[in-house]
Amino acid sequence: MIRPDAEPLLEINDLHASVEDKPILKGVNLEVKAGEIHAVMGRNGSGKSTLSKVLAGHPAYQVTSGSVRYLGRDLLELEPEERSRLGVFLGFQYPIEIPGVSNLEFLRVSTNARREKQGKEEFDTFDFDDHVRDRLQVVQMDPAFLERSVNEGFSGGEKKRNEILQMALLDPVVAILDETDSGLDIDALRIVAGGVNQLASPDNCTLLITHYQRLLDEITPDYVHVMGAGRILRTGGSELALELEKTGYDWVDQQLAAEGVA
Amino acid sequence: MTMPEGWLTQLPAPAGTLEPVQRRGRLALSEHSFPSRRQESWRLTDLKRLEALFQLSLADQRSDCSNVESWPSVPALALRLVIDGTQDPLRGVTLPAGISVLEGAELQQALGHTLSRCRCASDWPVELNHGVSQQILALRIRGKVPPIELVMVADDSRLVPTRVLLLVEEKSEFDFLQVVSAKGQAAHSHLLEIHLGQESKVNHGLLALGDGREALLANLAVEQETRSHYSLVSVSQGWSFGRLEPRVVQVDGQASASIHGLSVTAADEQFAVHTAVRFEGPEGTLDQVQKTIAADRSHSIFNGAIQVPRPAQRTNASQLSRSLLLSGRARIDAKPELEIVADDVRCTHGATVSQLQEDQLFYLRSRGITHSSAAALLLRGYCKEVLDLLPLDASQRWLGGSLQVGGVNP
Ligand SMILES: Nc1ncnc2c1ncn2[C@@H]1O[C@H](COP(=O)(O)OP(=O)(O)O)[C@@H](O)[C@H]1O
Ligand SMILES: [Mg+2]
Repeated sequence: MIRPDAEPLLEINDLHASVEDKPILKGVNLEVKAGEIHAVMGRNGSGKSTLSKVLAGHPAYQVTSGSVRYLGRDLLELEPEERSRLGVFLGFQYPIEIPGVSNLEFLRVSTNARREKQGKEEFDTFDFDDHVRDRLQVVQMDPAFLERSVNEGFSGGEKKRNEILQMALLDPVVAILDETDSGLDIDALRIVAGGVNQLASPDNCTLLITHYQRLLDEITPDYVHVMGAGRILRTGGSELALELEKTGYDWVDQQLAAEGVA
Repeated sequence: MTMPEGWLTQLPAPAGTLEPVQRRGRLALSEHSFPSRRQESWRLTDLKRLEALFQLSLADQRSDCSNVESWPSVPALALRLVIDGTQDPLRGVTLPAGISVLEGAELQQALGHTLSRCRCASDWPVELNHGVSQQILALRIRGKVPPIELVMVADDSRLVPTRVLLLVEEKSEFDFLQVVSAKGQAAHSHLLEIHLGQESKVNHGLLALGDGREALLANLAVEQETRSHYSLVSVSQGWSFGRLEPRVVQVDGQASASIHGLSVTAADEQFAVHTAVRFEGPEGTLDQVQKTIAADRSHSIFNGAIQVPRPAQRTNASQLSRSLLLSGRARIDAKPELEIVADDVRCTHGATVSQLQEDQLFYLRSRGITHSSAAALLLRGYCKEVLDLLPLDASQRWLGGSLQVGGVNP
């Protein structure tokens, strides 16, 4: 939902970032306001996941220049845990398995960390049990997954549902969902998309990273951005995604070639 | 390095059931030289700490069990025995049906049999135990019997020798938990023999908890007849100096063994686990995972021997060693030692040494969990995979479900 008077939640300015001294992001600009849903599309390797990890604070990625403001403060100087507590959520493209750590305990500890920052009362184990069971319905997930180790032995689709469950528990201000649609069959995709739609509100915003139109049939974005070679090359409305589906990304290569980048 | 002059002669004169064993051990100790770093299995050992055992006084009086009230209660039906090297662990105890004391000629016949089969009867720590053990707990297990929890205590700068022998008869089933505890710079010298008859099943746990300045020498010798199942789960933490040597021999093949270990070291502790599994007949199996966590300036050693001689065709063995280094100054030496002569075998092994996984840490941190809590959570998870396998609900009862592991400073 686009509202001209909405508050900017995330402002990315000329962001450059490297991994192992290799420049990946080369000047990303993006502003996301409250209530908006943005889709970020682009070929594999264009830097989408790198952008999401930089926003979440992964220590392997170094920001070399540029800035990111979140709710008016410098996001980049915050530790990853602080970003999460303040409402930045990254749904991982490849959720990590953590053997021996109970999913339920993990969810409770992280939910309480966020709630403390929100000034809400922390859940004890009993209250959390009720709360999590309620939130499970958002992704129609079997409570049995709570008893298992974090993501261990989960199928691709189950891992993605577990990510959206975390989103539902953490009540983020900015949700960045990295290829949440990949590896999902059509039913699971509908459930996950339904969850995302349900959680979107006028007070928060969503950044959907995807390279398929499929997800955007379920979640209508206000803006669509196309990334290539570590930058946003084009921005449009939801019709841009449909156009991309027809034309593909060849024009991206042509544009980059013309600029002498690729 | 040597044994101090006169150490042997000040020992109490050989006496009792173990008299011949004591003579044998003392003779061996006087004739054989003290372990040297030139010997492969002692190459990495801090021998000064082994030598320090001679400074301890031999257990000659009851250990202080005053903290008995702080021990967790035993599960229903289970039997708890306490040994400290001096008191009779069976005094005032009524053994349940199926468990009886092994005595006289039967005991003499069984004594040392499994050690020989495991080819460790002349190892230095075994001879030390031979030389100093005053008593033995020897039990025959027949049928499906209640579990036993054996608590072994040592304190007050004493060297506590303990010896246990279990004869598990055909088709019997038995859960056995050893809780080895020590404080006050004491040391344990422990020797265990288990004989598993055909189709028997033993679930064995060893939870060894030192207080940071204690020493542990433990030799576990296990002999398996056909179609028997032996499972060992060992967890150790807090030993200034430790050497745990489980040895399993499957005498006629067609038996299965599983060995899971976790050793945690911190400060300047040194702990070594030397396992050896020998298949002497066909179609035996082994499933082994050894986990190690080393923090601070500690040193952890794992040596995993698997021997598959020619008669052991169609053996199926897997061994995995996973080590976590929590500090740049800690050291881990992990080495598989495979001797395979039979040709038709499946034998896999792997060893990894890593730090806490950055991706796992980041995942937890990205959910609002601080770096130190995330590290603690990962370590707990790492340990839990082994702890949960301990029999008699030992992890919950003795550890409240997890080990405290500190010292994450890469
Ligand atoms: N941790 C990393 N180490 C080395 N190279 C990386 C790492 N992460 C990303 N890259 C490189 O950065 C580029 C962009 O990758 P990525 O951000 O994953 O793209 P996308 O998500 O759009 O497919 C690729 O060339 C990739 O190989
Ligand atoms: Mg990606």
